[in-house]
Amino acid sequence: MTKKIYTKKEWMKTLAGLKSSYNIFVPVSDGDFHIFKAMDDKENPDFNFKNTRLSPKSVIYPQSERLFEFTLDENAPDANIIKQAEKDYFPQAIVGIRPCDAHAFQIVRPNFDNPEYQDPWWIQRYESTTFVGLGCNNPDSTCFCTSVGGGPFSEKGLDALLYDLGDTFLVKALTDKGEKFLKLAQGGKKPDKTALKASEELAASASDKIKNKVSTDKLKHKVQTELFEAPFWDEVAFACINCGTCTYLCPTCWCFDMQDEVFKKQGDRIRNWDSCMFPLFTLHGSGHNPRARKVQRVRQRFMHKLKYYVDKYDNGVQCSGCGRCIKNCPVNIDIRKVCELMNS
Amino acid sequence: MLEYVEKIRETAIKLFKDGKVDVFIGYQKGSIPMMNQPVLINSADQAGLLYWDRNCGLNLCNYLTRRTDRIGIVANGCNSRNIVTHITENQIRRDQLYIVGIPCKGMIDHRAVQRAVKQQEILAVEEHSETFTVKGKDFEETFNIKDYLRSNCLVCTHRNPVIFDEIIAQPVEEQSGVDAYKDVRQIEGMDSENKWNFFTRIIDKCIRCYACRDACPLCYCPTCFVDESKPQWVGKSIDPVDTMTFHILRAYHCAGRCTDCGACERVCPMGIPVRQFTKKLNKDAQEFFSWEAGLSLDQRPLLDVFRPDDYNDFIR
Amino acid sequence: MERLLKNPYLPYPVRIDKIITETEDRNLKTFRFVFLDSEDEKKFSYIPGQFAELSIAGKGESPIGIASSPTEKGHVTFTVNKVGLVTTHLHNMKEGDVMGIRGPLGNWYPWQEMEGKNVVIIGGGFAFTTLRSSIVYMLHPDNRARFKDISVVYGARNPGMLLYKDELAEWEQRDDINMHITVDGTDDPDWKYNTGFVPTITEQKITSADDAIAIVCGPPIMIKFTQPVLEKVGFSPERIILSLEMRMKCGIGMCGRCNIGHKFVCKDGPVFSLAQLRNMPPEY
Repeated sequence: MTKKIYTKKEWMKTLAGLKSSYNIFVPVSDGDFHIFKAMDDKENPDFNFKNTRLSPKSVIYPQSERLFEFTLDENAPDANIIKQAEKDYFPQAIVGIRPCDAHAFQIVRPNFDNPEYQDPWWIQRYESTTFVGLGCNNPDSTCFCTSVGGGPFSEKGLDALLYDLGDTFLVKALTDKGEKFLKLAQGGKKPDKTALKASEELAASASDKIKNKVSTDKLKHKVQTELFEAPFWDEVAFACINCGTCTYLCPTCWCFDMQDEVFKKQGDRIRNWDSCMFPLFTLHGSGHNPRARKVQRVRQRFMHKLKYYVDKYDNGVQCSGCGRCIKNCPVNIDIRKVCELMNS
Repeated sequence: MLEYVEKIRETAIKLFKDGKVDVFIGYQKGSIPMMNQPVLINSADQAGLLYWDRNCGLNLCNYLTRRTDRIGIVANGCNSRNIVTHITENQIRRDQLYIVGIPCKGMIDHRAVQRAVKQQEILAVEEHSETFTVKGKDFEETFNIKDYLRSNCLVCTHRNPVIFDEIIAQPVEEQSGVDAYKDVRQIEGMDSENKWNFFTRIIDKCIRCYACRDACPLCYCPTCFVDESKPQWVGKSIDPVDTMTFHILRAYHCAGRCTDCGACERVCPMGIPVRQFTKKLNKDAQEFFSWEAGLSLDQRPLLDVFRPDDYNDFIR
Repeated sequence: MERLLKNPYLPYPVRIDKIITETEDRNLKTFRFVFLDSEDEKKFSYIPGQFAELSIAGKGESPIGIASSPTEKGHVTFTVNKVGLVTTHLHNMKEGDVMGIRGPLGNWYPWQEMEGKNVVIIGGGFAFTTLRSSIVYMLHPDNRARFKDISVVYGARNPGMLLYKDELAEWEQRDDINMHITVDGTDDPDWKYNTGFVPTITEQKITSADDAIAIVCGPPIMIKFTQPVLEKVGFSPERIILSLEMRMKCGIGMCGRCNIGHKFVCKDGPVFSLAQLRNMPPEY
């Protein structure tokens, strides 16, 4: 697999040169935090960041996406017939995605792409995307990727991986898509032995910097109904205000709603992110709500991530350990603590 | 305000021992720095969980809505004003509450502190009486608390609780001569296009998570207007028109009721200064009606009072 | 990408062929749909117990059990209770209007297990729709011999609230199906069937569980009180089959809202045995 080394200045130029081949999404500083944005003439990538406030899931799976269109004009031959909206799946690349967020797409994938049903929009955008990761030299204290099958330099779900060596980026292709990206990437040199060794040492030392150890080993063997009735849910849920922060910031939360919006005679069927924290999520037309109470919704979120997903896919937990919900929960509900409660 | 911790714990223990409350609501120390968590304890032996420092950013009044038991609760100035509002709006009964008043000197703006250390990760914060020290992996810095107060605390004129059954310390001196509405006047001075642009810009990061609404003790409607589906008042996408509709309507629902506790702004994951919406309404309430929310149990809420001798023509 | 040619969210265009008002409160109407493209009818190949999303441009979608039987060709029917935004709009539509159907979705009643057995069908209120599909399916000359005795307990609040009144009368006349129609109460002196709640009538009429499977659909309160009656007669939880309702959007197990534990009512259900449900969190 190809490896190249770039000075950081050269790398920025190289990225700019790739814009004709890819829509490139990069971390950009936006006030107090970073966020992934499409690289254009206005936006300068800033790779000096811990992680973005919002995960890059919206690059594959936008918060609001037009799925279908229709006309309500009775004079039109196709009045009231739902039709697929035109989509452009030009190749795109997420450059600087952290390994936890790349891993997250792998966790989400079986929901949208399974033997029975395939979600055409998620799959097409996923398949047109090249994931160029950036290893984490200095993980945060809230990171726990190593407990959930990832790591600060994990290659899971990545097509290429960047090593920040100070003044240079060493970039390593991991898949054919990554090879193609590096082939199209102008400039760069073959890394010498010193750089290769430095990258290996960096990766080796980074894992030790993650001090959190969250146990998930017993989750699989727990009885679902017993965990559901566990005594700790009221306490876990008390502080929750049922906002959507955790679910919207989470790279592995995928729930959505579908809504029709009409302007005059033209309409769209739109998919919007939804959240299990919202009472409306499960409200029946009859008024009955199987998750009417806060504690039921909080339980659903954690049971889904840490038990139902485990039981359904036998693919670990539905969490990549990015720590966003820990840092940003308005009331400090900490998934590490809940996971320990569930696993004990 | 660390010295309050022991007092709060002792008070809670006493209340349980005397059988005066069924539960006690306060804060516990959070799992990350500058973040305390609302907590409910059921017995005296859990009192050790209770905590108080300059990071009690959530409004505990949120947790009172429609409870039926007897509740002990800690309340500083703004929280106590929301309790008053809750009582006058029939969300809780006064006789259910044992209010442990807390004279407050203001909460720390965790975002300003993050900015001051250039977004490096803060691993620990030590609070002293006038200063606090933040520590990270390769840094340690000490700041004056007064330079890092939350913007609503900076202009607060009700630091002491307005209603309580006991108070755990001598009242603190209220701030005087604060200019609470400097920012509002600036916006008022804009032409309508610039105003629109200003509000459009501040909400452009909104992800419609509704944390601002959910953190607000005034937002207790069983079904919020954004969640209504028959009829659906607001679209659910992140179309700027829908997002703006949400923010403006939310603010208007708080008119004459907002205590400027700042919880909405504290919780916003995207750092949107949502108080810019509510503050203008607070200013109008004060200037037009000499009204500040939640100061007395004997006053009906501003917008449910009718007086035949009202000096405004439109109401007659 | 070839595997993505079939978009599971894209409804088949259909025309409303006929609308029948079923109940005296006019809250239940049966809609008969014809596919605009007859090829779509072949693609919409279903089994009794399944449901589909009724899709109205500008309003959205609503998951409804399929009331017709696959043995009835040329159309597909749904009986719809006027509840929410979509169903209310549908009730205001007229014959000839164009809309969409997406499906078939979900699993079906356990036909393989039911073959060669006695079948007991218990329905209440407007949940009788997929049961109607099942009865028509079983009574079809091609299928009748595959099942032993067929017994049906079907109840509604009063005679005016019964669905499919003409068919009920017709089935009453047949000797290859035991009908036990009941109403909670009536002041009609000519009422010739049973009076009493479904669980009570079940207790009187269903006296043997030998070699039998029971399918139960109805309001939660009916299900709650019918379960013990059936178990008392000797139906094991594996042989009590229920169909559940949930708020749904995608219908294909992706949007996340209709789960009970790790099962999705839209994809792993809506049909579950009581034995299955007892191993799932009670959250429905």
